[in-house]
Amino acid sequence: MADVVLKMENITKAFPGVQALDGAQLELLRGEVHALVGENGAGKSTLMKVLAGVYAKDSGRIVLKGKEVEIPSPRAAQDLGICMIHQELNLMPHLTIAQNVFIGREPRGKLGVTLDEKAINEQTVQILDMLHLKLDPRTRVGSLTVAKQQMVEIAKALSFNSSILIMDEPTAALTESEIEELFRVCRHLRDEGTAVVHISHRLEEIKQITDRVTVMRDGKYVDTVLTKDTSIDRIISMMVGRTIFESAPEVPERPSEEIVLEAKHITRGNALKDVSFQLKKGEILGFSGLVGAGRTETARAIFGADTVDSGEVFVKGKKVAIHSPTDAVKYGIAYLSEDRKRYGLTLGMDVETNTVLASFDKFLGALGTINESKTKEIANTYVKALAIKTPSIKQKAKNLSGGNQQKIIIGKWLTADTDILIFDEPTRGIDVGAKSEIYKLLNDLAKQGKSIIMISSELPEVLRMSHRVIVMCEGRITGQLTAGEANQEKIMTLATQRS
Amino acid sequence: MEATTKAAKTPLMKSDAAQRILAFAALILLIIVFSVASPNFLKFENLVGILLATAVNGILALGVTFVIITSGIDLSIGTVMSLSAVMTGVFITDMGLPIPIGILGGLLTGTLAGLLNGVIIARLKVPPFIATLGMLNVAKGLALVLSHLKPIYFNDTPGFNQLVMSSLIGSIIPGADVPNAVLIMFGAAILAAFILNKTLLGRYTFALGSNEEATRLSGVNVNKWKIIVYGLCGFFSGLAGVVIAARLNSAQPALGQGYELDAIAAAVIGGVSLSGGEGTILGTIIGAFIISVLSNGLRILSVPQEWQTVVTGAIVILAVYLDIARRRK
Repeated sequence: MADVVLKMENITKAFPGVQALDGAQLELLRGEVHALVGENGAGKSTLMKVLAGVYAKDSGRIVLKGKEVEIPSPRAAQDLGICMIHQELNLMPHLTIAQNVFIGREPRGKLGVTLDEKAINEQTVQILDMLHLKLDPRTRVGSLTVAKQQMVEIAKALSFNSSILIMDEPTAALTESEIEELFRVCRHLRDEGTAVVHISHRLEEIKQITDRVTVMRDGKYVDTVLTKDTSIDRIISMMVGRTIFESAPEVPERPSEEIVLEAKHITRGNALKDVSFQLKKGEILGFSGLVGAGRTETARAIFGADTVDSGEVFVKGKKVAIHSPTDAVKYGIAYLSEDRKRYGLTLGMDVETNTVLASFDKFLGALGTINESKTKEIANTYVKALAIKTPSIKQKAKNLSGGNQQKIIIGKWLTADTDILIFDEPTRGIDVGAKSEIYKLLNDLAKQGKSIIMISSELPEVLRMSHRVIVMCEGRITGQLTAGEANQEKIMTLATQRS
Repeated sequence: MEATTKAAKTPLMKSDAAQRILAFAALILLIIVFSVASPNFLKFENLVGILLATAVNGILALGVTFVIITSGIDLSIGTVMSLSAVMTGVFITDMGLPIPIGILGGLLTGTLAGLLNGVIIARLKVPPFIATLGMLNVAKGLALVLSHLKPIYFNDTPGFNQLVMSSLIGSIIPGADVPNAVLIMFGAAILAAFILNKTLLGRYTFALGSNEEATRLSGVNVNKWKIIVYGLCGFFSGLAGVVIAARLNSAQPALGQGYELDAIAAAVIGGVSLSGGEGTILGTIIGAFIISVLSNGLRILSVPQEWQTVVTGAIVILAVYLDIARRRK
C-alpha cells in the first residue's frame, strides 16, 4: 500500500441537539484524490472542519504522517500542511485577489514595516497562470463572479503547497469548463503528491476524478472503496443505507386542480429572471436546483421579503400586492427559513410564546392583554397534533432538537391560519430519525388541503415528497417535472442548464 | 514602486470613491456658498480658525476610522481624549515632570484605554457599542477624579502651549501663521494613511471589516489585531488630548463628551462604511473639514449654536443614508 499521509480514527463531535460525528474515520494516501460522500448531514463537512482546525473534536485520534497531532486552530492546520476550501466562500470582498491569497502570510518590504505588494502580485500571477486564469491580481474580489471567486479560493489553497487539500463542494457554483479546469489542477496536484479530499454531491464527478471513495452516513464511517471497482448505484446505496422514507407514505394522492398561488414573470436583478409557476391546493411543489439557483430568492420574492423589479402574484385567483412579509401573512402565506435559529424562532422564549408569536392579535383581551388560557390551549393543541417532544409548553425553544424546533415553527404558522407554506430546506440540520416525522407532517398538511412549496437540495427528498418538481438554474426556471417523470438525472440536467 | 502604489490603492479607490468625490464637492460647495454669503469667511484669520478647529476633531476621526473599517465603533474617544489631557496635566503641572514626559504620558493613557477597549471587545466578546460606551463613562469619571473637578492649567510651562500654537510655517514664510496644531493633524493623517495602506495592521483592518470569519479561517489571529486597532484608535485619542490641552493651555476634564460623535460623523461623511471594509484617511480628513467649515460658516452667518448642532446631525444622517443607498444597488 502507498504512503498513508493521514489517519483519522473514531472521531466524535456533538453539537447541541445533534451528534454530528459518531466514530468517523478517514484514511488518505499520498497522491490520491479521495471522495468523501454522504447525504446532507452525514458529517462530511464537520469531519473536514475538524481536520482543518475549525472545530475541535470531542474525542478520537488524528495521525498525520505517522505522528498523532492536535489541530486547535486553522493556523495550526495550515502549519501542518492542511488547507481547506470551505463551501461558503471565505474571502474578503474588499481586498484584492493577491491580498486574499496571501492573507495571514504577507511578505514584508526591506525594513519589515511595509507590505511587499509587488511580491504578492507577482506570485499570485504565477498561481493564476497555473490555473489558466487571466486575472489582474489587483482586482477587488468583490467585483468577481462567484465562479471566479471560487478559483481565487483554489489559488489561495495552491499557494500553501499543502500536503492535504480539502475541497468542500467546490464545483457547486462552477460551469462545465471551469470544473474541467479545476479537475486538471486536481490531477496535477495529485501527481505532485498532494492528497486531495473532494466532497461532492455530484456522483458522476466522483467517478471521473477520484481514486477512492469514503462513504459516511449519520456521522458514522460506512466504508472506503476504490472508485474504479464500484458503481454509482453502489455508492448511493451505501450513502442512503436504510431508507429514511420508510415511515413516510407513498407519493401522496393527486392534489385538486384549484390553483391557490400563481407567480407570473417575477424578475429581480440577476437573481430572478422571468419566474412563473402555479401551486395547487393540497400540493407539495418541490423546488430543486444547485446552490445559488434562485430558489430561496423566489420564496423571498413571493413572501415580500425582497422587492422585485417586475412580476405579479395571484392568490386564489386574485392579484395581490405583497410588499412585505406582513402582507404575505395576511394573504395566508408563510415562509419557513432554512436558518430556523435566526429567522424562524425566538430561541430564548418558550414553546407557547413561539407558537402564538405570529398571531398575538387573536389572543388579545379587552384591554390589550394577552389571554393566556387561550394561548396555552392552542400551544398544547399543536404540541399534541404535531407530536412536539417537549417536557412542557414552558420549555425554551433553544433547548429542543432541530426537528422539534421545525415543528414549533410549523405550529406557529398554522396558528396564524396560513395555508400556503413555503419550506426552505425543511430538514436541514435535522437528525435522520426526525426527518421522517417532518416528511409525514408535510404529507399530512397537504392532505388537509394546505399547499406547500418545498425548497430542497436533497434530491431523494425532492423526488420522494413532491407532486411536481420545479428546477431552477441561475435565476430561471429550467423545467417542471411531474412526480412520475422526475428522476435524479433529469433534475441534475435541468439544474445545470446554464444559458 | 509604481505598481506597488497602485495595488495598495485599488481596494480603497473604487467603491467609496463616489462618496469621497461627493464629500469633496460638498466641501467646495460649502466654501463657495459661505464666501459669497459673508466677506469675512475667506479672511486669513478665519481660515486659520477653521484649520485649528479641525485639528482636534480630525485627529480623533483618524483613530476611529480604523475602528469603523473593522466594522466596530468607539464611543469613548471623546472622554479618553479628556482623560489623556488630564493625565498630561497631572504629569506636567501636578508632578512637575518635563513636557516630553507629560506628552508621552498623555499618549500612553489614550493607547492603554484603547487597548483595554480592544481586550474587552475581542476577548470578552462584549459588543463594541456597549464596551466603548462603558469606557466613555469610565474615562469621564477618571478625568474628573484625577483633576479634582477643576481644569489643570499649564501656566508654569508656557513651552507646552507654544509647542502647538506657535507657527513653524510662519517662521519660514512670514505672515503665514498657521499654528503647529494643524501641522500635527496633517502629520498624524500621513502616519494614519501609511499604516492603513502600507502595513500589515492596515491590511488586517480591512480584512476584519470585510469578512472577519474568513480572516480567522485564514489563520490570522483576529483577536490580537482587533486589540491593536482599538489601541491605535486610543493612541490618536491620546494625541488629540495632548493637542487640545496645549491649545487651551489647560486640561479641561469635562470637555470631551460629544467629540466622539463629531469624529465618527467626519469619518462617515468621508465615506468610511459603518458596515466595514471601506474607508480612506483622505475621506475622513475631508469629512472633518466639512464639519468645521459648516459650523464656522453658520457661526459667521450668526446662526445660533443650537441650530449648528441640528444641521450637523442632519448631515450625518444624510451621509449614512447615501452610504446605505449606494450599498443597496
